[in-house]
Amino acid sequence: MAMAEPRARIPETAAPARPIYEIERLSKTYANNRLVALQDVHLTLRKGEFVSVVGSSGCGKSTLLKIMSGLLPPTRGRVVLDGRPVTGPRPDIGMMFQQATLLPWKTTIENIVLPIEIREGRAAAKAALPRAQALLSLVGLGDFARVFPGELSGGMAQRASICRMLISEPAVLLLDEPFSALDELTRDFMNMELQRICAEQEATAFLVTHSLAEAVILSDRVLVMKPRPGRVVEEIVIDLPRPRTLEMINTPKFGQIVGHIRDLLGKEAHQ
Amino acid sequence: MTDTPDSRDTVWVEHEALIDRVPRWVAMLALAVVVVAIWDLATARMGWVSPIILPSPGETLEDLIFVGKNLLTGGYMLEALWTTTRTVFWAFLLATGIGFSLGVLVGETKFGERAVMPYLVAIDTMPKVAFAPLFIAWLGFDIASKVALAAFIATFPIVVSTAAGLYSASENERMLFKAMGASRLQTLMRLKLPNGLPHIFTGLKIAAVGVMAGAITGEFLGGGRGFGALIRQSASQMDTPRVFALILYLSLLGLALFFTVAWLQKRLVFWNKANQPIGAA
Ligand SMILES: Nc1ncnc2c1ncn2[C@@H]1O[C@H](COP(=O)(O)OP(=O)(O)O)[C@@H](O)[C@H]1O
Ligand SMILES: [Mg+2]
Repeated sequence: MAMAEPRARIPETAAPARPIYEIERLSKTYANNRLVALQDVHLTLRKGEFVSVVGSSGCGKSTLLKIMSGLLPPTRGRVVLDGRPVTGPRPDIGMMFQQATLLPWKTTIENIVLPIEIREGRAAAKAALPRAQALLSLVGLGDFARVFPGELSGGMAQRASICRMLISEPAVLLLDEPFSALDELTRDFMNMELQRICAEQEATAFLVTHSLAEAVILSDRVLVMKPRPGRVVEEIVIDLPRPRTLEMINTPKFGQIVGHIRDLLGKEAHQ
Repeated sequence: MTDTPDSRDTVWVEHEALIDRVPRWVAMLALAVVVVAIWDLATARMGWVSPIILPSPGETLEDLIFVGKNLLTGGYMLEALWTTTRTVFWAFLLATGIGFSLGVLVGETKFGERAVMPYLVAIDTMPKVAFAPLFIAWLGFDIASKVALAAFIATFPIVVSTAAGLYSASENERMLFKAMGASRLQTLMRLKLPNGLPHIFTGLKIAAVGVMAGAITGEFLGGGRGFGALIRQSASQMDTPRVFALILYLSLLGLALFFTVAWLQKRLVFWNKANQPIGAA
Protein backbone atom coordinates (compact mmCIF):
# COMPACT_ATOMS: atom_id res chain seq x y z
CA MET A 1 0.00 0.00 0.00
CA ALA A 2 1.39 3.39 -0.98
CA MET A 3 2.16 5.45 2.06
CA ALA A 4 1.27 9.10 1.93
CA GLU A 5 3.98 11.65 2.58
CA PRO A 6 4.08 12.14 6.33
CA ARG A 7 3.41 15.62 7.51
CA ALA A 8 5.32 17.28 10.29
CA ARG A 9 3.95 16.11 13.59
CA ILE A 10 6.60 17.18 16.00
CA PRO A 11 4.76 19.09 18.67
CA GLU A 12 7.78 19.27 20.98
CA THR A 13 10.65 20.52 18.79
CA ALA A 14 9.09 22.67 16.06
CA ALA A 15 6.85 25.60 16.82
CA PRO A 16 4.02 23.91 18.74
CA ALA A 17 0.82 23.60 16.76
CA ARG A 18 -2.08 25.56 18.18
CA PRO A 19 -4.25 23.86 20.80
CA ILE A 20 -7.57 22.82 19.30
CA TYR A 21 -9.19 20.87 22.14
CA GLU A 22 -8.94 22.06 25.71
CA ILE A 23 -10.31 20.09 28.62
CA GLU A 24 -9.99 21.54 32.10
CA ARG A 25 -10.84 20.12 35.51
CA LEU A 26 -13.31 17.73 33.98
CA SER A 27 -15.25 15.58 36.42
CA LYS A 28 -18.15 13.19 35.97
CA THR A 29 -20.06 11.31 38.59
CA TYR A 30 -22.69 8.67 37.94
CA ALA A 31 -25.40 7.14 40.10
CA ASN A 32 -26.27 10.19 42.17
CA ASN A 33 -22.68 11.16 42.86
CA ARG A 34 -21.78 7.76 44.21
CA LEU A 35 -19.61 6.66 41.32
CA VAL A 36 -16.82 9.02 40.31
CA ALA A 37 -16.14 8.09 36.69
CA LEU A 38 -13.79 11.01 36.00
CA GLN A 39 -11.95 13.35 38.35
CA ASP A 40 -10.10 16.52 37.39
CA VAL A 41 -9.05 15.51 33.92
CA HIS A 42 -6.89 18.08 32.15
CA LEU A 43 -5.85 17.62 28.60
CA THR A 44 -5.01 19.57 25.49
CA LEU A 45 -4.96 18.34 21.92
CA ARG A 46 -2.97 20.29 19.37
CA LYS A 47 -3.90 20.55 15.71
CA GLY A 48 -2.81 17.47 13.79
CA GLU A 49 -1.86 15.47 16.86
CA PHE A 50 -2.68 11.82 17.46
CA VAL A 51 -3.27 11.10 21.13
CA SER A 52 -4.35 7.81 22.69
CA VAL A 53 -5.80 6.93 26.06
CA VAL A 54 -5.11 3.55 27.60
CA GLY A 55 -6.45 2.17 30.83
CA SER A 56 -8.19 -0.80 32.28
CA SER A 57 -11.81 -1.50 31.49
CA GLY A 58 -14.18 0.71 33.47
CA CYS A 59 -11.68 3.48 34.19
CA GLY A 60 -13.77 6.09 32.40
CA LYS A 61 -12.34 6.18 28.89
CA SER A 62 -15.69 6.01 27.12
CA THR A 63 -17.16 8.53 29.55
CA LEU A 64 -14.34 10.95 28.72
CA LEU A 65 -14.94 10.50 25.00
CA LYS A 66 -18.70 10.94 25.30
CA ILE A 67 -18.25 14.17 27.22
CA MET A 68 -15.69 15.43 24.71
CA SER A 69 -18.13 14.71 21.88
CA GLY A 70 -21.03 16.45 23.60
CA LEU A 71 -23.05 13.25 23.98
CA LEU A 72 -22.91 13.49 27.76
CA PRO A 73 -22.82 16.58 29.95
CA PRO A 74 -19.95 16.76 32.45
CA THR A 75 -20.64 17.16 36.16
CA ARG A 76 -17.95 19.79 36.37
CA GLY A 77 -15.31 21.28 34.11
CA ARG A 78 -14.81 22.84 30.71
CA VAL A 79 -14.56 21.34 27.26
CA VAL A 80 -13.58 23.80 24.54
CA LEU A 81 -13.13 22.89 20.88
CA ASP A 82 -11.80 25.45 18.43
CA GLY A 83 -12.51 28.27 20.88
CA ARG A 84 -16.15 27.33 21.44
CA PRO A 85 -17.40 25.35 24.45
CA VAL A 86 -18.86 21.95 23.64
CA THR A 87 -22.46 21.88 24.85
CA GLY A 88 -23.87 19.16 22.63
CA PRO A 89 -23.14 17.14 19.50
CA ARG A 90 -21.40 19.19 16.82
CA PRO A 91 -20.66 18.62 13.16
CA ASP A 92 -16.98 19.43 13.66
CA ILE A 93 -16.62 16.43 15.99
CA GLY A 94 -16.29 13.05 14.29
CA MET A 95 -17.14 9.96 16.33
CA MET A 96 -16.42 6.32 15.78
CA PHE A 97 -17.43 3.43 18.01
CA GLN A 98 -16.53 -0.20 18.41
CA GLN A 99 -19.49 -1.21 16.28
CA ALA A 100 -19.74 0.17 12.76
CA THR A 101 -23.51 0.63 13.17
CA LEU A 102 -24.42 1.06 9.51
CA LEU A 103 -28.15 1.20 8.77
CA PRO A 104 -28.92 -2.03 6.89
CA TRP A 105 -31.70 -0.50 4.78
CA LYS A 106 -29.40 2.09 3.26
CA THR A 107 -26.61 1.40 0.79
CA THR A 108 -23.05 1.97 1.91
CA ILE A 109 -22.84 5.37 0.23
CA GLU A 110 -26.24 6.43 1.63
CA ASN A 111 -24.94 5.52 5.08
CA ILE A 112 -21.93 7.71 4.53
CA VAL A 113 -23.93 10.79 3.61
CA LEU A 114 -26.38 10.15 6.47
CA PRO A 115 -24.83 12.84 8.74
CA ILE A 116 -25.31 15.37 5.93
CA GLU A 117 -28.86 14.16 5.35
CA ILE A 118 -29.68 14.60 9.03
CA ARG A 119 -28.08 18.03 9.38
CA GLU A 120 -28.71 19.63 6.01
CA GLY A 121 -31.42 17.59 4.30
CA ARG A 122 -31.72 15.27 1.34
CA ALA A 123 -30.60 17.73 -1.31
CA ALA A 124 -27.33 18.41 0.50
CA ALA A 125 -26.85 14.68 0.99
CA LYS A 126 -27.29 14.14 -2.71
CA ALA A 127 -24.77 16.85 -3.46
CA ALA A 128 -22.30 15.16 -1.11
CA LEU A 129 -22.41 11.83 -2.99
CA PRO A 130 -19.29 12.50 -5.12
CA ARG A 131 -17.37 13.38 -1.97
CA ALA A 132 -18.62 10.19 -0.31
CA GLN A 133 -17.49 8.22 -3.34
CA ALA A 134 -14.03 9.78 -3.08
CA LEU A 135 -13.86 8.85 0.61
CA LEU A 136 -14.88 5.28 -0.18
CA SER A 137 -12.07 5.09 -2.69
CA LEU A 138 -9.72 6.49 -0.05
CA VAL A 139 -10.45 3.49 2.18
CA GLY A 140 -10.49 0.99 -0.68
CA LEU A 141 -14.25 0.56 -0.87
CA GLY A 142 -14.72 2.38 -4.18
CA ASP A 143 -16.61 -0.54 -5.72
CA PHE A 144 -18.92 -1.05 -2.76
CA ALA A 145 -20.86 2.21 -2.79
CA ARG A 146 -24.18 0.67 -3.92
CA VAL A 147 -23.86 -2.47 -1.83
CA PHE A 148 -25.96 -2.92 1.30
CA PRO A 149 -24.00 -3.17 4.56
CA GLY A 150 -25.20 -6.74 5.13
CA GLU A 151 -22.75 -7.77 2.44
CA LEU A 152 -19.72 -6.02 3.94
CA SER A 153 -17.24 -7.80 6.20
CA GLY A 154 -16.55 -6.43 9.69
CA GLY A 155 -13.42 -4.62 8.51
CA MET A 156 -15.16 -3.16 5.48
CA ALA A 157 -18.05 -1.96 7.64
CA GLN A 158 -15.63 -0.19 9.97
CA ARG A 159 -13.90 1.43 6.99
CA ALA A 160 -17.29 2.63 5.78
CA SER A 161 -17.94 4.10 9.22
CA ILE A 162 -14.62 5.95 8.95
CA CYS A 163 -15.98 7.52 5.76
CA ARG A 164 -19.23 8.46 7.53
CA MET A 165 -17.16 10.16 10.21
CA LEU A 166 -15.04 12.04 7.66
CA ILE A 167 -17.89 13.25 5.42
CA SER A 168 -18.66 16.17 7.74
CA GLU A 169 -15.00 17.22 7.61
CA PRO A 170 -14.65 17.21 11.41
CA ALA A 171 -11.89 19.14 13.15
CA VAL A 172 -11.23 16.23 15.49
CA LEU A 173 -11.79 12.49 15.36
CA LEU A 174 -12.86 10.76 18.56
CA LEU A 175 -12.38 7.00 18.32
CA ASP A 176 -13.68 4.63 20.98
CA GLU A 177 -11.95 1.27 20.52
CA PRO A 178 -12.86 1.39 16.84
CA PHE A 179 -11.15 -1.83 15.78
CA SER A 180 -11.38 -3.94 18.89
CA ALA A 181 -14.16 -6.09 17.44
CA LEU A 182 -11.98 -7.02 14.47
CA ASP A 183 -9.53 -9.91 14.18
CA GLU A 184 -5.88 -9.11 14.75
CA LEU A 185 -4.74 -9.14 11.11
CA THR A 186 -7.58 -6.87 10.02
CA ARG A 187 -6.90 -4.68 13.00
CA ASP A 188 -3.22 -4.14 12.13
CA PHE A 189 -4.22 -3.29 8.60
CA MET A 190 -6.93 -0.91 9.78
CA ASN A 191 -4.49 0.86 12.08
CA MET A 192 -2.14 1.54 9.19
CA GLU A 193 -5.11 2.73 7.15
CA LEU A 194 -6.12 5.02 9.98
CA GLN A 195 -2.61 6.48 10.12
CA ARG A 196 -2.63 7.11 6.39
CA ILE A 197 -6.11 8.67 6.45
CA CYS A 198 -5.21 10.92 9.38
CA ALA A 199 -2.07 12.02 7.52
CA GLU A 200 -3.98 12.74 4.32
CA GLN A 201 -6.77 14.58 6.10
CA GLU A 202 -4.40 16.30 8.55
CA ALA A 203 -6.77 15.15 11.22
CA THR A 204 -6.51 15.61 14.95
CA ALA A 205 -7.33 12.27 16.53
CA PHE A 206 -8.09 11.01 20.01
CA LEU A 207 -8.15 7.25 20.35
CA VAL A 208 -9.41 5.14 23.22
CA THR A 209 -8.01 1.63 23.26
CA HIS A 210 -6.97 -1.11 25.59
CA SER A 211 -4.27 -2.33 23.23
CA LEU A 212 -0.94 -0.82 24.23
CA ALA A 213 0.70 -1.75 20.92
CA GLU A 214 -2.09 -0.03 19.01
CA ALA A 215 -1.76 3.10 21.13
CA VAL A 216 2.01 3.27 20.74
CA ILE A 217 2.15 2.57 17.00
CA LEU A 218 -0.39 5.29 16.19
CA SER A 219 0.20 8.05 18.71
CA ASP A 220 2.31 11.10 19.32
CA ARG A 221 1.34 10.89 22.97
CA VAL A 222 -0.22 8.18 25.10
CA LEU A 223 -2.20 9.07 28.20
CA VAL A 224 -2.45 6.48 30.93
CA MET A 225 -5.66 6.46 32.93
CA LYS A 226 -6.21 5.08 36.39
CA PRO A 227 -9.61 3.94 37.66
CA ARG A 228 -11.72 4.85 40.69
CA PRO A 229 -11.74 7.75 40.38
CA GLY A 230 -10.89 7.87 36.67
CA ARG A 231 -8.03 10.26 35.99
CA VAL A 232 -4.99 10.70 33.76
CA VAL A 233 -1.90 9.73 35.73
CA GLU A 234 0.85 9.76 33.12
CA GLU A 235 1.64 11.09 29.68
CA ILE A 236 4.18 9.34 27.49
CA VAL A 237 5.54 11.03 24.37
CA ILE A 238 6.15 8.50 21.62
CA ASP A 239 9.16 9.71 19.63
CA LEU A 240 9.17 6.98 17.02
CA PRO A 241 9.66 8.39 13.50
CA ARG A 242 6.73 8.75 11.11
CA PRO A 243 5.29 7.16 9.12
CA ARG A 244 5.01 4.28 11.52
CA THR A 245 5.17 0.77 10.12
CA LEU A 246 4.13 -2.58 11.50
CA GLU A 247 7.81 -3.63 11.51
CA MET A 248 8.46 -1.09 14.26
CA ILE A 249 6.51 -3.31 16.62
CA ASN A 250 9.48 -5.66 16.64
CA THR A 251 12.10 -3.02 17.48
CA PRO A 252 13.61 -2.88 20.99
CA LYS A 253 12.58 0.72 21.38
CA PHE A 254 8.92 -0.10 20.74
CA GLY A 255 9.15 -2.95 23.21
CA GLN A 256 10.64 -0.58 25.79
CA ILE A 257 7.83 1.93 25.45
CA VAL A 258 5.11 -0.70 25.64
CA GLY A 259 6.85 -2.26 28.63
CA HIS A 260 7.03 1.08 30.37
CA ILE A 261 3.30 1.70 29.89
CA ARG A 262 2.48 -1.83 30.99
CA ASP A 263 4.48 -1.25 34.18
CA LEU A 264 2.54 1.93 34.84
CA LEU A 265 -0.77 0.18 34.33
CA GLY A 266 0.29 -2.82 36.34
CA LYS A 267 1.37 -0.63 39.22
CA GLU A 268 -2.04 1.03 39.19
CA ALA A 269 -3.81 -2.28 39.03
CA HIS A 270 -2.07 -3.50 42.18
CA GLN A 271 -2.83 -0.49 44.27
CA MET B 1 -19.67 -48.17 -1.54
CA THR B 2 -19.26 -51.89 -2.12
CA ASP B 3 -17.27 -51.40 -5.28
CA THR B 4 -14.73 -49.16 -3.57
CA PRO B 5 -11.44 -50.95 -4.25
CA ASP B 6 -9.74 -49.87 -1.08
CA SER B 7 -11.41 -49.15 2.20
CA ARG B 8 -8.95 -46.27 2.75
CA ASP B 9 -10.66 -44.41 -0.10
CA THR B 10 -13.91 -44.40 1.78
CA VAL B 11 -14.60 -41.00 3.20
CA TRP B 12 -17.19 -40.05 5.70
CA VAL B 13 -19.86 -38.20 3.77
CA GLU B 14 -23.10 -36.68 4.81
CA HIS B 15 -26.18 -38.37 3.39
CA GLU B 16 -29.13 -36.12 2.83
CA ALA B 17 -32.25 -37.46 4.47
CA LEU B 18 -34.94 -38.59 2.03
CA ILE B 19 -37.39 -35.90 3.17
CA ASP B 20 -34.78 -33.21 2.37
CA ARG B 21 -34.53 -34.41 -1.21
CA VAL B 22 -38.27 -34.37 -1.89
CA PRO B 23 -39.57 -31.06 -3.30
CA ARG B 24 -41.99 -29.32 -1.01
CA TRP B 25 -44.98 -29.49 -3.36
CA VAL B 26 -44.57 -33.25 -3.69
CA ALA B 27 -44.57 -33.63 0.10
CA MET B 28 -47.65 -31.43 0.42
CA LEU B 29 -49.49 -33.28 -2.34
CA ALA B 30 -48.63 -36.64 -0.81
CA LEU B 31 -50.00 -35.58 2.56
CA ALA B 32 -53.19 -34.26 0.93
CA VAL B 33 -53.71 -37.54 -0.95
CA VAL B 34 -53.28 -39.56 2.24
CA VAL B 35 -55.64 -37.36 4.23
CA VAL B 36 -58.32 -37.36 1.54
CA ALA B 37 -57.99 -41.15 1.17
CA ILE B 38 -58.54 -41.71 4.90
CA TRP B 39 -61.37 -39.18 4.84
CA ASP B 40 -62.99 -40.98 1.93
CA LEU B 41 -62.55 -44.33 3.67
CA ALA B 42 -64.14 -43.10 6.87
CA THR B 43 -67.15 -41.47 5.19
CA ALA B 44 -68.17 -42.74 1.72
CA ARG B 45 -66.60 -46.24 1.81
CA MET B 46 -67.04 -47.51 5.35
CA GLY B 47 -69.63 -45.11 6.75
CA TRP B 48 -67.85 -44.79 10.09
CA VAL B 49 -68.85 -41.17 10.36
CA SER B 50 -72.31 -39.80 9.70
CA PRO B 51 -72.53 -37.44 6.67
CA ILE B 52 -74.13 -34.78 8.87
CA ILE B 53 -71.01 -34.63 11.00
CA LEU B 54 -68.48 -35.10 8.21
CA PRO B 55 -69.50 -35.17 4.52
CA SER B 56 -67.50 -37.34 2.15
CA PRO B 57 -64.82 -35.77 -0.07
CA GLY B 58 -67.08 -36.33 -3.07
CA GLU B 59 -69.98 -34.40 -1.55
CA THR B 60 -67.67 -31.63 -0.45
CA LEU B 61 -66.21 -31.41 -3.94
CA GLU B 62 -69.69 -31.16 -5.41
CA ASP B 63 -70.50 -28.29 -3.12
CA LEU B 64 -67.13 -26.68 -3.80
CA ILE B 65 -67.99 -26.71 -7.49
CA PHE B 66 -71.47 -25.42 -6.83
CA VAL B 67 -70.28 -22.55 -4.66
CA GLY B 68 -67.42 -21.89 -7.09
CA LYS B 69 -69.89 -21.56 -9.96
CA ASN B 70 -72.07 -19.23 -7.94
CA LEU B 71 -69.06 -17.08 -7.11
CA LEU B 72 -67.83 -17.02 -10.70
CA THR B 73 -71.21 -16.20 -12.17
CA GLY B 74 -71.72 -13.33 -9.76
CA GLY B 75 -74.44 -14.98 -7.70
CA TYR B 76 -75.61 -14.14 -4.21
CA MET B 77 -72.57 -15.87 -2.71
CA LEU B 78 -70.22 -13.54 -4.54
CA GLU B 79 -72.18 -10.65 -3.08
CA ALA B 80 -71.75 -12.17 0.39
CA LEU B 81 -68.02 -12.69 -0.17
CA TRP B 82 -67.73 -9.12 -1.37
CA THR B 83 -69.47 -7.88 1.78
CA THR B 84 -67.07 -9.85 3.97
CA THR B 85 -64.09 -8.68 1.91
CA ARG B 86 -65.11 -5.07 2.42
CA THR B 87 -65.55 -5.67 6.13
CA VAL B 88 -62.12 -7.27 6.41
CA PHE B 89 -60.49 -4.55 4.30
CA TRP B 90 -61.88 -1.64 6.29
CA ALA B 91 -61.28 -3.36 9.61
CA PHE B 92 -57.68 -4.08 8.70
CA LEU B 93 -57.14 -0.51 7.56
CA LEU B 94 -58.74 0.86 10.71
CA ALA B 95 -56.78 -1.49 12.98
CA THR B 96 -53.54 -0.58 11.22
CA GLY B 97 -54.19 3.15 11.53
CA ILE B 98 -55.30 3.11 15.16
CA GLY B 99 -52.85 0.39 16.22
CA PHE B 100 -49.91 2.11 14.60
CA SER B 101 -50.79 5.51 16.08
CA LEU B 102 -51.23 4.08 19.57
CA GLY B 103 -48.04 2.06 19.12
CA VAL B 104 -46.08 5.21 18.31
CA LEU B 105 -47.66 6.96 21.30
CA VAL B 106 -46.72 4.09 23.60
CA GLY B 107 -43.29 3.44 22.11
CA GLU B 108 -42.19 7.04 21.71
CA THR B 109 -43.61 8.95 24.68
CA LYS B 110 -43.28 8.46 28.42
CA PHE B 111 -46.95 9.41 28.74
CA GLY B 112 -47.96 6.63 26.40
CA GLU B 113 -45.71 4.10 28.06
CA ARG B 114 -46.73 4.95 31.62
CA ALA B 115 -50.36 6.10 31.32
CA VAL B 116 -51.82 4.57 28.15
CA MET B 117 -50.16 1.17 28.00
CA PRO B 118 -51.57 -0.23 31.28
CA TYR B 119 -55.11 0.43 30.05
CA LEU B 120 -54.36 -1.18 26.71
CA VAL B 121 -53.00 -4.27 28.45
CA ALA B 122 -56.10 -4.40 30.65
CA ILE B 123 -58.45 -4.19 27.65
CA ASP B 124 -56.35 -6.69 25.72
CA THR B 125 -56.84 -9.34 28.38
CA MET B 126 -60.61 -9.11 28.03
CA PRO B 127 -62.40 -11.55 25.73
CA LYS B 128 -62.96 -9.01 22.97
CA VAL B 129 -65.69 -11.00 21.25
CA ALA B 130 -67.84 -10.24 24.30
CA PHE B 131 -68.06 -6.67 23.04
CA ALA B 132 -69.91 -7.80 19.89
CA PRO B 133 -73.44 -7.12 21.25
CA LEU B 134 -72.34 -3.62 22.21
CA PHE B 135 -70.98 -2.88 18.75
CA ILE B 136 -74.23 -4.18 17.25
CA ALA B 137 -76.26 -2.02 19.62
CA TRP B 138 -74.18 1.03 18.78
CA LEU B 139 -73.67 0.53 15.05
CA GLY B 140 -76.56 -1.67 13.94
CA PHE B 141 -76.67 -4.83 11.83
CA ASP B 142 -74.88 -3.36 8.83
CA ILE B 143 -71.19 -3.92 8.19
CA ALA B 144 -70.13 -1.07 10.49
CA SER B 145 -70.58 -3.18 13.63
CA LYS B 146 -68.58 -6.06 12.09
CA VAL B 147 -65.82 -3.69 10.99
CA ALA B 148 -65.68 -2.33 14.53
CA LEU B 149 -65.44 -5.75 16.17
CA ALA B 150 -62.83 -7.03 13.72
CA ALA B 151 -60.75 -3.85 14.05
CA PHE B 152 -61.07 -3.97 17.82
CA ILE B 153 -59.64 -7.49 17.89
CA ALA B 154 -56.83 -6.73 15.42
CA THR B 155 -55.67 -3.42 16.89
CA PHE B 156 -53.82 -4.73 19.94
CA PRO B 157 -51.17 -6.88 18.25
CA ILE B 158 -50.31 -3.88 16.06
CA VAL B 159 -49.98 -1.56 19.08
CA VAL B 160 -47.69 -3.98 20.88
CA SER B 161 -45.55 -4.81 17.87
CA THR B 162 -45.19 -1.16 16.84
CA ALA B 163 -44.07 -0.16 20.34
CA ALA B 164 -41.68 -3.12 20.51
CA GLY B 165 -40.35 -2.18 17.07
CA LEU B 166 -39.61 1.37 18.17
CA TYR B 167 -37.83 0.12 21.30
CA SER B 168 -35.71 -2.27 19.28
CA ALA B 169 -33.20 0.29 17.97
CA SER B 170 -29.88 -0.49 19.62
CA GLU B 171 -28.01 1.77 22.03
CA ASN B 172 -25.29 2.20 19.39
CA GLU B 173 -27.78 3.33 16.79
CA ARG B 174 -29.38 5.82 19.16
CA MET B 175 -25.97 7.19 20.07
CA LEU B 176 -25.07 7.52 16.40
CA PHE B 177 -28.20 9.58 15.75
CA LYS B 178 -27.58 11.68 18.81
CA ALA B 179 -24.02 12.34 17.70
CA MET B 180 -25.32 13.45 14.30
CA GLY B 181 -27.56 15.95 16.06
CA ALA B 182 -30.76 14.26 14.86
CA SER B 183 -34.04 15.64 16.16
CA ARG B 184 -36.55 13.38 17.88
CA LEU B 185 -38.69 13.27 14.75
CA GLN B 186 -35.66 12.45 12.58
CA THR B 187 -34.62 9.67 14.94
CA LEU B 188 -38.15 8.29 14.79
CA MET B 189 -38.51 8.48 11.03
CA ARG B 190 -35.01 7.57 9.92
CA LEU B 191 -34.04 5.08 12.62
CA LYS B 192 -36.72 3.72 14.90
CA LEU B 193 -39.48 3.18 12.35
CA PRO B 194 -37.44 1.49 9.63
CA ASN B 195 -35.61 -0.49 12.27
CA GLY B 196 -38.93 -1.57 13.80
CA LEU B 197 -40.53 -2.69 10.51
CA PRO B 198 -39.81 -6.41 11.03
CA HIS B 199 -41.63 -6.23 14.38
CA ILE B 200 -44.47 -4.17 12.93
CA PHE B 201 -45.03 -6.67 10.16
CA THR B 202 -45.20 -9.51 12.65
CA GLY B 203 -48.02 -7.59 14.33
CA LEU B 204 -49.73 -6.94 10.98
CA LYS B 205 -49.71 -10.66 10.18
CA ILE B 206 -51.28 -11.50 13.53
CA ALA B 207 -53.81 -8.72 12.88
CA ALA B 208 -54.62 -10.15 9.44
CA VAL B 209 -55.62 -13.41 11.09
CA GLY B 210 -57.51 -11.58 13.86
CA VAL B 211 -59.45 -9.39 11.47
CA MET B 212 -60.79 -12.47 9.65
CA ALA B 213 -61.88 -14.08 12.89
CA GLY B 214 -63.46 -10.82 14.04
CA ALA B 215 -65.37 -10.25 10.81
CA ILE B 216 -66.83 -13.77 10.72
CA THR B 217 -67.68 -13.72 14.43
CA GLY B 218 -69.45 -10.41 13.86
CA GLU B 219 -71.42 -11.90 10.98
CA PHE B 220 -72.36 -14.94 13.05
CA LEU B 221 -73.64 -12.79 15.87
CA GLY B 222 -74.96 -9.79 14.00
CA GLY B 223 -76.41 -11.34 10.88
CA GLY B 224 -76.21 -9.18 7.77
CA ARG B 225 -75.25 -10.25 4.25
CA GLY B 226 -71.73 -11.55 4.72
CA PHE B 227 -70.17 -14.96 4.22
CA GLY B 228 -70.46 -15.63 7.95
CA ALA B 229 -74.25 -15.36 7.70
CA LEU B 230 -74.25 -17.84 4.79
CA ILE B 231 -72.18 -20.29 6.81
CA ARG B 232 -74.47 -20.00 9.80
CA GLN B 233 -77.51 -20.46 7.62
CA SER B 234 -76.12 -23.62 6.01
CA ALA B 235 -75.06 -24.96 9.36
CA SER B 236 -78.53 -24.48 10.82
CA GLN B 237 -79.89 -26.50 7.89
CA MET B 238 -77.39 -29.27 8.68
CA ASP B 239 -75.90 -28.72 5.21
CA THR B 240 -72.41 -29.70 6.33
CA PRO B 241 -70.87 -30.09 2.84
CA ARG B 242 -71.93 -26.52 2.06
CA VAL B 243 -70.39 -25.28 5.29
CA PHE B 244 -67.13 -27.00 4.40
CA ALA B 245 -67.13 -25.52 0.91
CA LEU B 246 -67.90 -22.01 2.19
CA ILE B 247 -65.13 -22.20 4.79
CA LEU B 248 -62.63 -23.25 2.13
CA TYR B 249 -63.51 -20.28 -0.05
CA LEU B 250 -63.44 -18.01 2.95
CA SER B 251 -59.96 -19.16 3.81
CA LEU B 252 -58.86 -17.90 0.39
CA LEU B 253 -59.77 -14.40 1.55
CA GLY B 254 -57.69 -14.82 4.69
CA LEU B 255 -54.78 -16.18 2.69
CA ALA B 256 -54.99 -13.30 0.23
CA LEU B 257 -54.79 -10.76 3.07
CA PHE B 258 -51.99 -12.61 4.83
CA PHE B 259 -49.89 -12.97 1.72
CA THR B 260 -50.45 -9.34 0.70
CA VAL B 261 -48.93 -8.37 4.05
CA ALA B 262 -46.12 -10.91 3.65
CA TRP B 263 -45.39 -9.63 0.15
CA LEU B 264 -45.28 -6.04 1.38
CA GLN B 265 -42.94 -7.11 4.16
CA LYS B 266 -40.61 -8.74 1.70
CA ARG B 267 -40.53 -5.56 -0.38
CA LEU B 268 -40.06 -3.14 2.51
CA VAL B 269 -37.86 -5.18 4.84
CA PHE B 270 -35.60 -6.50 2.11
CA TRP B 271 -32.49 -6.05 4.24
CA ASN B 272 -33.59 -8.21 7.16
CA LYS B 273 -32.05 -11.56 6.29
CA ALA B 274 -31.43 -12.86 9.78
CA ASN B 275 -32.02 -9.73 11.79
CA GLN B 276 -28.34 -9.50 12.59
CA PRO B 277 -26.67 -6.30 13.70
CA ILE B 278 -24.49 -5.05 10.91
CA GLY B 279 -20.77 -4.68 11.52
CA ALA B 280 -20.77 -6.84 14.62
CA ALA B 281 -17.90 -9.24 14.38
N1 LIG C 1 -24.67 5.57 32.26
C1 LIG C 1 -23.96 5.16 33.33
N2 LIG C 1 -24.54 5.12 34.55
C2 LIG C 1 -23.85 4.70 35.63
N3 LIG C 1 -22.58 4.32 35.60
C3 LIG C 1 -21.93 4.32 34.42
C4 LIG C 1 -22.59 4.74 33.22
N4 LIG C 1 -21.71 4.64 32.19
C5 LIG C 1 -20.57 4.19 32.72
N5 LIG C 1 -20.69 4.01 34.05
C6 LIG C 1 -19.63 3.56 34.96
O1 LIG C 1 -18.57 4.48 34.88
C7 LIG C 1 -17.33 3.82 34.88
C8 LIG C 1 -16.56 4.18 33.64
O2 LIG C 1 -17.21 3.63 32.53
P1 LIG C 1 -16.64 3.80 31.04
O3 LIG C 1 -16.41 5.22 30.78
O4 LIG C 1 -17.57 3.09 30.11
O5 LIG C 1 -15.26 3.00 31.14
P2 LIG C 1 -14.31 2.43 29.99
O6 LIG C 1 -14.76 2.94 28.68
O7 LIG C 1 -12.95 2.90 30.36
O8 LIG C 1 -14.37 0.94 30.08
C9 LIG C 1 -17.62 2.33 34.99
O9 LIG C 1 -17.47 1.96 36.34
C10 LIG C 1 -19.04 2.22 34.54
O10 LIG C 1 -19.68 1.15 35.20
MG1 LIG D 1 -15.42 1.86 26.93
